[in-house]
Amino acid sequence: MPAFRAVDGIDFEFGRGEVFGFLGPNGAGKSSTMRMLGATSPVSSGTLRVLGMDPALQGPEIRARIGVVPQDDCLDRELTVRENIFVYGRYFGLAKNVIRDRLGGLLAFAQLEEKADAQVETLSGGMRRRLTIARSLINEPEILLLDEPTTGLDPQARHVLWDRLYRLKRDGVTLIITTHYMDEAEQLCDRLAVMDAGKIVAEGSPRDLIESHVTREVLELRFAADVHAEVAERLRAAELGRRIELLPDRVVVYADDGEAALGAVHEMAFAPITALVRRATLEDVFLKLTGRSLVD
Amino acid sequence: MVRAWHAFRYWLTVYGRTWRGTIVISVANPMLFLLGIGVGLGHLVEHGHSATLGGVSYIAFFAPGLLAASAMQTGYIEGGGRVATAAGWVGAYRTAVTTPLEPGEIMAGHLLFVAFRVLSSSAVFVAVMAVFGVAAGWWVLAALPAALLTGLAFAAPAAAWAVGLRSVAKTQIVYRFVLMPMYMFSGTFFALGQLPRGVRLVASALPLSQGVALCRSLSLGTASASGVAERAGYLLAFVVVGIAVARVTYRRRLHG
Repeated sequence: MPAFRAVDGIDFEFGRGEVFGFLGPNGAGKSSTMRMLGATSPVSSGTLRVLGMDPALQGPEIRARIGVVPQDDCLDRELTVRENIFVYGRYFGLAKNVIRDRLGGLLAFAQLEEKADAQVETLSGGMRRRLTIARSLINEPEILLLDEPTTGLDPQARHVLWDRLYRLKRDGVTLIITTHYMDEAEQLCDRLAVMDAGKIVAEGSPRDLIESHVTREVLELRFAADVHAEVAERLRAAELGRRIELLPDRVVVYADDGEAALGAVHEMAFAPITALVRRATLEDVFLKLTGRSLVD
Repeated sequence: MVRAWHAFRYWLTVYGRTWRGTIVISVANPMLFLLGIGVGLGHLVEHGHSATLGGVSYIAFFAPGLLAASAMQTGYIEGGGRVATAAGWVGAYRTAVTTPLEPGEIMAGHLLFVAFRVLSSSAVFVAVMAVFGVAAGWWVLAALPAALLTGLAFAAPAAAWAVGLRSVAKTQIVYRFVLMPMYMFSGTFFALGQLPRGVRLVASALPLSQGVALCRSLSLGTASASGVAERAGYLLAFVVVGIAVARVTYRRRLHG
C-alpha cells in the first residue's frame, strides 16, 4: 500500500520580512508543509532549505533560529504564564538572566503583564494563543511559523492577534501562516500559496490572485425553491458575465459590472429572493481553482 | 547531551509543581505495605518458617523485595503513562520538538528524570528500612543503584512502546495484566524456592525477580560478585535494548 501523500511536489520561496500564507481547506497539506519547514518532519524527496540550511542535516540549528506556534497551544497547564515562557527558553539553552530580560517585553507584547503569575488554565482562548506566540519569540526567531493562528478565536480576539502579527512584521520577522480564512489571508499576507489536496494550485499576492483568476465584481443570487441548477443553465446560455458558478444554495455570476449583470437577470424575468453585488475575494479564487468552497 | 539536560530540567520544573501528588504512590503506599505486610503478616509467617527465608526476619526479607517492586512501579508509571501523555496531541513532547531538541534528546532527558524519580523515592524507602532496623548495615546503600536499575529496566522498554500509543488507557491495561501479576510472582512476598520447579523457572526469568533478588542480596549482605554481575547484566540488557528501540520509536512519532 503506498504511503499517504499529504504534500505532493510543492514549490515555493519566501524572503525575509515577508508574510507568506498557505491558504487551503482542512486536509490540504498545510500543516504537513509547516512541519517540514519547522524541521520536525522529513522531506521524502525534493529540496528544502530553511535559512540556507538543510532540515535533514541541521534540524537543531534551524529550530534554534525559528519560532513555531502550533495549532493546539500545547502549553503547560500546571505552570504559570511566566513559567511557560521560562521553561521554553531553557530548551533553547538560554541563560536564566537572558530569559528574565526578555520576559518583560514578551509579556507586554502579548498584553499579559497582569496575568504573568496566573495559571494557564485561567486564561481565555485568545490569551492562550498570545502566550503561545510570546513563548515562540523567546529565542528572537528570524522566521515565525503560525499554524492556523486564529482558528477557534472570537472576532475580537482575532483582531487583537492580527494587530500583534502586524507588529512582528513591522519588526522584520518573516511570518509563515496557514489559514483557511480568506479574510485572514487577505489582511495579513503579502503573498499566498493556494493549496488543495497536497498541491499548490496558485501563488501570488492576494490582489494578483483575484485579478488574474476572477472578475472584479461578483453577483450572488439566491432563489426560494430548488431552481438553482436550472437558473445557472439559462444564465450560461444567455452568456451572462464571464463565468457562472453553481453552488448548492446559490448561483454566482462573475462579471466586471455586477449591477449590469443583475439588471440583465431581472430582464430575463428571474425573481431571486436575494441578490448581492460584492467585490471578488480569495474565496472566489479558490472556488474557481478547485471547484469547491474553502470552508465546508 | 547538553540539550537532553535541558529536557531533564523541564521535567524537574514541572515536578516541582506536582510532586505532592506523587508521594502517595511512590512513598506512602510502599510504607503502608511494609508496615501491614512486613510487620503484621510477618508475625504469622515467622513461626517455624524462617529457614525458607534464609534465617532472617520476614520484614528484613520482604523490605528489599518491596524496594525493587516499588522501583518497577515508579519506573513503569513514569515511563509508560507519562510518556504516552507527553507524546499525545497537546503533550509536553509537542512543545519540545519545536526547539533545538532532537527526539533522542527528548527521550534521554525524560529517562534521566525517571531515573531521578526512582532514585529519590527508593532513597526515602531505604531510609525507612534503616529506621525499622531491617538493613544489614551500610550494605543497604548498594541496594539503591540496584533499585534504580530495576526501575529503568521497566521504564526504558515502556517508554519505547508508550511513545507510539494513541491512547494512554493501554498503559493502564498492561499495568493491570502484566505488571501486577509480576508484582505477585517475583519473589517479593515469598521465596521463589517454594514454588514448583516449572513455575519457579518461569518466575525467575521475570525481570522483577532479578531486581528483587539483587536488592535482597545487597540489603541482607549475602551478595556474591558473580550473582550481582549476572542479575545486574540481565536488567541492564532491558535498559539498553529499551533505549535502542526508543531511539527509533521516538523519532518515528515525534518527527513523523
